[in-house]
Amino acid sequence: MSYVIEMRHIRKEFPGIVANDDITLQVKQGEIHALLGENGAGKSTLMNILFGLYQPDAGEIVVKGRPVKITSPNVAGELGIGMVHQHFMLVDKFTVTENIILGAEPRSGGRIDIKTAREKVRALSEQYGLNVDPDKKIRDISVGMQQRVEILKTLYRGADILIFDEPTAVLTPHEIRELIKIMKRLVQEGKSIILITHKLKEIMAVADRCTVIRRGKAIATVNVAETNPTELASMMVGRDVAFTVNEEPYQPKEEVLKIVDLTVIDNRRVKVVDRLNLTVKAGEIVGIAGVDGNGQTELIEAITGLRKAESGKIFLKNIDITNKPVRKIIELGVGHIPEDRHKHGLVLDFSIGDNMVLETYYRPPFARAGIMNHDKVREHARRLIGDYDVRTPSIDTPARALSGGNQQKAIIAREIDRDPDLLIASQPTRGLDIGAIEFIHKRLIEQRKKGKAILLISLELDEIMNLSDRIAVIYNGKIIDMVKPSETNEDELGLLMTGHKRKGGASHGNEAGE
Amino acid sequence: METKRANKWINALVPVIAVILGLLVGAVIMVISGYNPFEAYGSIFQMVFLTPYYAGETIVTMIPLILSGLSVAFAFRTGLFNIGVEGQLLVGWLASVAFAIHFADWPKLVLIPLCLLVAALAGGLWGLIPGLLKARFYVHEVITTIMMNYIALYSTNAIIRQFLYADGERTPLIPDSASLSSNFLSNITGGSRLHWGILVALLGAVIMWFLLWRTTLGYELRAIGFNPDASRYAGMNVARNIITSFAIAGGFAGVAGAMLGLGTYHYMSINASFTGIGFDGIAVALLGVNTAPGVVIGAALFAALETGEVSMQSLGIPNDLVEIIIALIIFFVASHYMIRWTLDRFKKGGAAR
Repeated sequence: MSYVIEMRHIRKEFPGIVANDDITLQVKQGEIHALLGENGAGKSTLMNILFGLYQPDAGEIVVKGRPVKITSPNVAGELGIGMVHQHFMLVDKFTVTENIILGAEPRSGGRIDIKTAREKVRALSEQYGLNVDPDKKIRDISVGMQQRVEILKTLYRGADILIFDEPTAVLTPHEIRELIKIMKRLVQEGKSIILITHKLKEIMAVADRCTVIRRGKAIATVNVAETNPTELASMMVGRDVAFTVNEEPYQPKEEVLKIVDLTVIDNRRVKVVDRLNLTVKAGEIVGIAGVDGNGQTELIEAITGLRKAESGKIFLKNIDITNKPVRKIIELGVGHIPEDRHKHGLVLDFSIGDNMVLETYYRPPFARAGIMNHDKVREHARRLIGDYDVRTPSIDTPARALSGGNQQKAIIAREIDRDPDLLIASQPTRGLDIGAIEFIHKRLIEQRKKGKAILLISLELDEIMNLSDRIAVIYNGKIIDMVKPSETNEDELGLLMTGHKRKGGASHGNEAGE
Repeated sequence: METKRANKWINALVPVIAVILGLLVGAVIMVISGYNPFEAYGSIFQMVFLTPYYAGETIVTMIPLILSGLSVAFAFRTGLFNIGVEGQLLVGWLASVAFAIHFADWPKLVLIPLCLLVAALAGGLWGLIPGLLKARFYVHEVITTIMMNYIALYSTNAIIRQFLYADGERTPLIPDSASLSSNFLSNITGGSRLHWGILVALLGAVIMWFLLWRTTLGYELRAIGFNPDASRYAGMNVARNIITSFAIAGGFAGVAGAMLGLGTYHYMSINASFTGIGFDGIAVALLGVNTAPGVVIGAALFAALETGEVSMQSLGIPNDLVEIIIALIIFFVASHYMIRWTLDRFKKGGAAR
C-alpha cells in the first residue's frame, strides 16, 4: 500500500490543551481523504502541522515514503503540498494570472514574464476543467471562480497533494456541485486531496475514505462507501445525533411582519431590494432561500432599521416601523441574530456578561438614571449562561475567548430572552458544529411553538428545508416564489434561486399576488 | 478567570517594563556620552523626592498632564484619537482667565467652580467641532484636531492682544478670588507654586473612571470604541456618542488649561508655540494604558523626568538627554507588542519546565 502522506502519532500541545493526541493520518495516492471533526476537534492544527505552520511535539511525517521535517509552508510547497484556504488570499485589483504568480513570478531579463505565465495558467485551467479566465480581475469574478483561482495557485506551484479547508462554506449549491466535479477531476489526473470539513453530505458525495477526529484524537478511518451520515455524525460528536426537523403542526396566527413594496438601495446606489412583499405570521418560520447577494442582507438591514428604505412600508404588528431608529424597532419587539456574529453580534473585547445586555443595558434593572447596576448585569448573565448552556470559564471572560458555537449561543440567549415577537435569524448556524446546530435549531422551533414569528435567512438549503413552514425564494431583490418544503426539493429550490420560474408559472403562492 | 487575571497582570507589567527599558537604554547612552547614569538618575530621585521645592514643582507640572492624559485616554476608549488636546487646553485656559477677570468680585467659592466649568465648556466646545465633523461628514479627527490646534493657538493670541493685553505679552493677572494657589501648600514645599489644582486633577481621574465604568454612557462609549458596528446593531447612536466623547475629552483638556491659568501662572501668556502639554498627554495616556490610575502614574513619571532636567543640567548633562529618555520610554510603550511577545515566551518557557 503506497501512502502519499503519512502522519504518524502526531502530538501537539498548546498551553492547557492537547490539540492533537497521537493522531495517525494516512492518505493514499489518488484518493480524496476527508478529515471530519467538530470545530476545535484538532483538524486545523493537524493540517497546519502538515503545511509547516506548526511543529509537532511528537510523531513523524512521511511524504511519498520519505520521512520529512516540514519547517515552513515553503518546505511544504517543495514537497508538493498545497493548501486551498477557506478565506481566499487574493489581491482584488490584480488579474487571475497576477494573483497566481504572486510570490513566484517568472522573470525574463528583470521583467515579469506575464505572457508565459498566462499561457501556463490557461493550460492548467484547461487540463483540470477549471474554466478560469486568466485576464479577469479578481473583484469581477464570482466566489466560486475565486476558489478555483486558489486551486490553480497550488497547481501552478506544482502541488500534487491538495488540502481543501472547508471549501464549501462560501459556495452556492450549484458551485458546490461544480467543486465536487473539479475535485474528482483532480484525482483522476493523479492528484491526492485532503478535504477538511464537518459537512457529512459532502463527504458522502466526494470522499473515498474519511478519518474522524474528536477532541484531538483520531477516532476511526472508514471507507465512505461502507458508512452512512448517521454513523459519521455519531462518531464525530461521540453520541447519537438527532437531526432536528420542524414537526409541530402548522397553525399560523396573526401577521406579525408585513412588508409592502419595499425598495432598498445599497452603498453603490444599486437597487438591491426591489418592491419586495413578504409577510411572516405568528407561529411560523419563514425561510428565505437565495444565492448570496440577492438582497437578503439589505432586506434585513431595512427591517431592523440599519439601512434606509427608499420606498415601501414595513409593519410590525400593524405599527409602521419603516425607517425608525434601530433602538425603537428593538424595543417594539424585534430580535436579530446577525449574519456576522463577530462584526455585528458581539463586542468581542467585552466580557460575555457585558455582551448579554448589549441592547438592554440602559433599562432597569440594569441601569437607573444613567448609572449601571453591574450586580444585576452579572446576575442576568449568569442566568442566561445557565439556561442556554453557554460554555464559558466565567461571565468575565472576554467574548473573544469563546468558541464560535458558544458565541452564537450567547447571542441567541440574549435575543430570545428579550422575548421578541419577531425573531430574525440570519445564517444562525454558519460555521458551527453539529452539536451547536442541533441546539440552535431546537431553540428556533421552540420560539415558533411559543407563537413567535421567525424569519430565517440561510444559504444552507438543508436548514431552510428542515425548519421552514414556508420558503420564500429571493432573486434579484424580489420574492419570486413561495413554496412549502413538503412540496419542493433542493433541486427545484436551486433552480428557483437562480431565477428560473417553476413549471406552470408562479401563479400560486407568490406573496405579491396574495 | 485564570487567563483574565494573567492578562491584567501583563497589561500592567508592560508599561513598567517599558519605563525600565527606557531608563536602561538612557543609561547606556549616558555611558557612551561619558556621563555617569547612577549620578544622573540619583540626582533626579533626590531632587524629586527629597527636595520639597522640586517635589512641589513636579506636582505642578503633573496637574495639567493628568488632565491632558485623561482627555486623550477618554477619547481613545471610544476609538477616537484626540490630537486636539493642545487647542482645547488653550481655549480652556483663556476662557477661565477671561471669566475670572470679568467676574473678579464674585466670592471665591462660586468663582473657582464657575471658572472650571467655563474652561470645561470652552474645551468641550472646541472638541465638539471635530466630533461633529467626524460623526456627520466622516472627516478624520486626526486632521481636524490638528487644524483646530492651530486655530486655537492663533485665535487665543489674537484675542489676548485685542481685549486682554497687559505688559509682558500676556493677560492681566487673575484676581485672588479665582486663584487656586495656597500659602499652605507653597510653604510645605519650600515656596513652590503647588496649588489646589492637584485635587481637581485627581477628581478628574475619578470622574473619568466613574463615567466609563459606572454609567450607561461609559458602557456605550466603550462598546463603540471596541466595535462600532455591533453597537449600531444593538441600537446605539454611534454618531451622537462620537460627539459626546469628543466633547467630554475636550472638557478635560479645557480644565487642564484652567490649571495653568488659575494655578500655575495666574494669567495667560501670548504663546509663540504650543505648550506641549497636549502632546505629552498622548504619551501619558499611552503609558497609562488608557486607565484613570494609569494616567495619574504616567503623568507623575513624565513630570518627574521634566523636573529632573534641571538636576541633570546641574551635573553638566545636556537636558536633551532627558528628552531622549522620554522618547525612549514612549518608544518602548508603543512597541508593547514586542514586550508582550517576550513575556509570553518567558511564560511558555516556564510552563514547559
